Amino acid sequence: MEVKDANSALLSNYEVFQLLTDLKEQRKESGKNKHNSGQQNLNTITYETLKYISKTPCRHQSPEIVREFLTAMKSHKLTKAEKLQLLNHRPMTAVEIQLPCALQVRRKMCVACPETVCSFLLFAVA
Amino acid sequence: MFVLVEMVDTVRIPPWQFERKLNDSIAEELNKKLANKVVYNVGLCICLFDITKLEDAYVFPGDGASHTKVHFRYVVFHPFLDEILIGKIKGCSPEGVHVSLGFFDDILIPPESLQQPAKFDEAEQVWVWEYETEEGAHDLYMDTGEEIRFRVVDESFVDTSPTGPSSAEATSSSEELPKKEAPYTLVGSISEPGLGLLSWWTSS
Repeated sequence: MEVKDANSALLSNYEVFQLLTDLKEQRKESGKNKHNSGQQNLNTITYETLKYISKTPCRHQSPEIVREFLTAMKSHKLTKAEKLQLLNHRPMTAVEIQLPCALQVRRKMCVACPETVCSFLLFAVA
Repeated sequence: MFVLVEMVDTVRIPPWQFERKLNDSIAEELNKKLANKVVYNVGLCICLFDITKLEDAYVFPGDGASHTKVHFRYVVFHPFLDEILIGKIKGCSPEGVHVSLGFFDDILIPPESLQQPAKFDEAEQVWVWEYETEEGAHDLYMDTGEEIRFRVVDESFVDTSPTGPSSAEATSSSEELPKKEAPYTLVGSISEPGLGLLSWWTSS
């Protein structure tokens, strides 16, 4: 086995959540004849990961919400990693927002926009 | 938290599965091989994302099964450095606080990365943050089962592949099983404002 690219893309929690729920649906449909044939590892990891991800804000997200969030964040010039963490964690207070961000961005974020960031992510709550 | 890893592997499909669609058999084999396993220097593999390319399948003399070279992408748990994660406290020990994510357990926050000043309560076996305010010191306990926000500061991969028969025969019979090392461990830190138990930072 060979690893061609160990970091070809970053995935948001929402994408992994979609993938795992689709996988679960597919396996339920295809019948119960695969239970003890070595699929135990896959069952375990998908169950645990789904359990963890379902408790994060991503279960209320959708592709439209993610797109709106990214267009809103364009003006703030954040790195991919920072935007990804904001999307995954949906911070509600100023102290939580400044955690993923680099030092020079932190001061801007804390002062100017906890409301702007939160309001877009709040679409995901209702 | 999750990354997509491109890999190439040769998948063996035994003859009694030839009636199934090739893509399905290959997906099942790859998941059987990699799901819930740690790949050295890559991370904890979760599930198959997609198959990007299937090369020709060959049948070799002496083996009735078909061998196909597959290019595919796999979802792998591999948090990047300085990423913020939320987990549950599994327990405390003098080595630090052990945190678990449910699907991944080997996360340790060493004592020097806790909010300072911190001390270890021997009677209850928990770490305590001695938070000072004008009114006096509050003791904030890090109890098991509490949700905790931490930053990933380090990761380490250990190659746990079996070694050949060792030349030192003296250690063979008298020792118990060798200690099991976790193949992938993360080191976290909570020594910043906003990190630590979620209940410490939510305003009522």
